Amino acid sequence: MLEAVAFYGLAALILGFGLMVVTARSAVHSVVFLVLNFLAVAVAYVVLAAEFLAVIQVLVYAGGIVVLYLFVVMLVNQKRAPEAHHDPHRKSGLGVMLAAAVLAEVTAIVVYTASSSPASVPTPPPAIAGNTEQVGLLLYTDYLIPFEVASMLLLAAMVGAILFARKAQ
Amino acid sequence: MPITPYHYLVLAAALFTIGVIGVMVRRNIIILFMSIELMLNAVNLNLVAFSRLYGHVVGQVFALFIVAVAAAEAAVGLGILLAFYRNKETLNVDEVNLLRG
Repeated sequence: MLEAVAFYGLAALILGFGLMVVTARSAVHSVVFLVLNFLAVAVAYVVLAAEFLAVIQVLVYAGGIVVLYLFVVMLVNQKRAPEAHHDPHRKSGLGVMLAAAVLAEVTAIVVYTASSSPASVPTPPPAIAGNTEQVGLLLYTDYLIPFEVASMLLLAAMVGAILFARKAQ
Repeated sequence: MPITPYHYLVLAAALFTIGVIGVMVRRNIIILFMSIELMLNAVNLNLVAFSRLYGHVVGQVFALFIVAVAAAEAAVGLGILLAFYRNKETLNVDEVNLLRG
């Protein structure tokens, strides 16, 4: 019962804030709703017993990426709102319909799969306790090379972002 | 009816759809980028739900990698956006036609 209340409340928050991100008129409002959406998703991670990922979500997304977005929103001053310009070839209604069709299809697949497979697969108990310990063990043994590659990717992205964003000499 | 990871899959699908609608309907590039972040979050939610379903943390490790890639994507994307804004003084995706695309 408590689980159901938590899930449906979280779902309403996540989807509501997501919709507000997409529909908000000003970009600053969108960024604020994006933070709230990220925080709600972090709470969903806690409910799904992924505490380490929830902390990372708050630190990296809500703390880092969103600040980046806010900086960019403030750096570009919009004299002319993008929505004011209207392209006659743009078919927004068709886009929404296609997205809704994809949602219906994916939901049908999930419902069909859920009816034929178990709610939880019996698994042996993990060798060590604690979510952070388990993630860390996997990250530094089986996934060590992807982990290092990710650090190289971040370095390359940092150099690239500086190169793109600075003024040409 | 108890809440299973399948419920979270449907929630993630709905969040992903909202992101797709944002990409297709909005014209402000910044909001397009935010919609992409919404979609990446939906994928992460999926991975964590499967991690819960199968009782193994490897899904959470993949979600961590997605967070790292999303940070890189946001940094480079916003850098390109700033360079574009400096050239064209607009944020409208319909006016991104420097390559005559």
